Amino acid sequence: MTGRIFSVVGGMFLLTVCSKGSQSSAAPAAPPAPAAVENAAAGGTITGTIKFTGVAPKNPPIDMSEEAACKAKYKTTPTEENVVAGPANALANVFVYVKAGVPAGQTFTAPTTAVVLDQDGCRYHPHVLGIMVGQPLEILNTDPVLHNIKAIAKANRPFNVSQPSAGMKTTRAFTAPEVMVNLECNVHGWMHAYAGVRPDPFFAVSAANGSFTISGLPPGTYTIEAWHEKFGTQTATVTIAGTESKTQNFTFAAR
Amino acid sequence: MIHALLLLTLVATQDTTAGKQIYTKWCAGCHGDNGAGDGPAAKHMIPPPRDFTGAVYQIRSTPSSQLPTDADLLRSIDEGLFGTAMPGWKSRLSDRQRRDVLAYIKTFSTFFADTTQRPQPIKFGNAPGGGSGAEALKVGRQFYDSIGCRKCHGDLGRGDGPSAPTLKDDAQHPIFAANLHENWRFNGGGTVEDIYRRLRTGLDGTPMPSFGDLIENKFLTDEQLWRVAQYVRSLSPKDAPVVRDVVHAPLTKSLPHAPDDSTWTAVAVYWFPLVGQIIHKARWFSPAVTGVWVKAVHTADSIALRVVWDDRSQSPDTSWLAHVGRVFATLQSDDSTPEQPAPWPDQLIVQFPVSIPTGMERPYFLMGSSGAPVYQWRWSSIARTAPVAGLARGIDRFEPLSSGGPAAQAVYDHGQWRVVFTRALASTDTASQLPFRTGRAIPVAFFASDGSNGEHGSRMAVSTWYFLALDEPVPARVFISPVLAMVLTLGLGMLVVWRAQQKTSYRRQQ
Repeated sequence: MTGRIFSVVGGMFLLTVCSKGSQSSAAPAAPPAPAAVENAAAGGTITGTIKFTGVAPKNPPIDMSEEAACKAKYKTTPTEENVVAGPANALANVFVYVKAGVPAGQTFTAPTTAVVLDQDGCRYHPHVLGIMVGQPLEILNTDPVLHNIKAIAKANRPFNVSQPSAGMKTTRAFTAPEVMVNLECNVHGWMHAYAGVRPDPFFAVSAANGSFTISGLPPGTYTIEAWHEKFGTQTATVTIAGTESKTQNFTFAAR
Repeated sequence: MIHALLLLTLVATQDTTAGKQIYTKWCAGCHGDNGAGDGPAAKHMIPPPRDFTGAVYQIRSTPSSQLPTDADLLRSIDEGLFGTAMPGWKSRLSDRQRRDVLAYIKTFSTFFADTTQRPQPIKFGNAPGGGSGAEALKVGRQFYDSIGCRKCHGDLGRGDGPSAPTLKDDAQHPIFAANLHENWRFNGGGTVEDIYRRLRTGLDGTPMPSFGDLIENKFLTDEQLWRVAQYVRSLSPKDAPVVRDVVHAPLTKSLPHAPDDSTWTAVAVYWFPLVGQIIHKARWFSPAVTGVWVKAVHTADSIALRVVWDDRSQSPDTSWLAHVGRVFATLQSDDSTPEQPAPWPDQLIVQFPVSIPTGMERPYFLMGSSGAPVYQWRWSSIARTAPVAGLARGIDRFEPLSSGGPAAQAVYDHGQWRVVFTRALASTDTASQLPFRTGRAIPVAFFASDGSNGEHGSRMAVSTWYFLALDEPVPARVFISPVLAMVLTLGLGMLVVWRAQQKTSYRRQQ
């Protein structure tokens, strides 16, 4: 089995939420002021589907015998989620974002709504997430076992905190854009998640059917990058005029 | 005003030129010219030297993710980091030099120049009293389990937990969960306060998380976290072990063959440190076995030698193969073709000379030479009761002997090997198998390999020569002679007194 697919992040819904107000980038937690909501229709949209060619590598099975509480959450042997493929070679868990083209100096207020990262069944949900600088990341432990949550980052300060029981919650925020911050649990070496940290709301994570949507883009020419943990990155240039919707598909080669 | 200007100038010149010179001379060899932890010596170290460019530091007084304070960094520079290649510089560099180099190290990362990053040390009080009492240790043990310490550090704390083989640092280098029985090797110090601080701050860049949030989340109280620290401290001896050169083997009535025979509890223990074999190729810079604990006894005709050492894995163990791969990827190999990980066994070698030397001359400690061989007992975890006796003529020449070797019994228990070797004192083959004699200093050395750390062949941990002394039974005359002498002295004295009295009374009569 390819595992349950969690590709749409809570925070993704906030893609339509953006503002041109100034952003307090240094604040470790999100500013309490609610983000101004701009009409998404006012901007352009990029949609697309992500596929891959070739044969997807098999996700290794996870031996959860050390963690009975996690193992009990699965009917069949759980696997890692390195490559989550949908029908017709659709590729989920691809982080798509505007790498360049947003005018320098334009700042966006981070939503106060947290992106939630849940540890459930000794796996991360979602496996790939996008988050804005300053937006709260709420890390939940649904498992009655010890997890440590380690962020490995370069532009941001790394952290490593522990959650030894179910119901524990830790909230963190990132201070600088970084694609990607690696999140991992060292108690369970198979647990990996990836966070794309962006200064603007123009990003998405591909769904189970490989689809993604980035909306609210002001007119301009953008470099769009698609990132996948195993297959690397792809870029494309898209020009948006007015409120038009453009299609930009990406195809990765399996490796 | 002028003073203030002078002061400003002084502060400004606490820079970086002076610091750079010191850094280049003393630090760059390991930490690299650009502070990336990639100096020429870096490929011979696990753990590798700190990469200063990320400003991620293990030993801090600040919460996880914060920068360390200057005092934190200075402490590591001054004292060094125990259990690693980082020495203390307090006695080698002046106060000014150490401050200068500290200022220079901080220039490798932009985080230190970022004014929004202000390290705030965690404030905490003193350890609650009664920390070594049974009740406190019980509470500590309870939370050791409930906060999951055992996952990496193991049930008895020897760094052998179920997750131990998978551990990596941020740069994917292999990393051991600390053996909590060796507090003298804890990077940030081995006191209860040091351990408590590590629990609060975590060791950033490593798998060790911060447990500070647990107090805020009311999962445990501050006192209970202190109890964990006190429990962890209780696992190590009161004082770090000190090397005493001579293992004394007392005389016993019967020979304890089993490692956990109750006879051993009353026998004195001796500790010998082991270091990587870095003299002959293939050299080994990352030994997993840090020392051996040795006891010995003998009877009228036999000797029993008990060697105990901590080893995180009962090798061969395929669950450690990925760890071995990471070790090989981190260390620069002597071989031109990188070696492939394999499930090697654990090994222990006890080495003696072929005969007890009469003078100070001993064979070469590192397995003798072609002209002057050494007599060895080679034990392996895949033949636990059948150690092989033989002659070594250099590190790569070993000639097994067909008979007359020792017997052995071994126990592996929660990250620890305990092996007892037994052999007759006399030897039928005195040319190659050492006859043991009482009352003589018999040279002895130890070698250990952890197969699950990639150790085999010359890749092992070694000791130098120490001595084994079979204490002679104290002969009866030792106890009788003084008594006899006392009786005789008393008798003679009384005789003198009696004679003197006789003479006096004789004179009086005259």
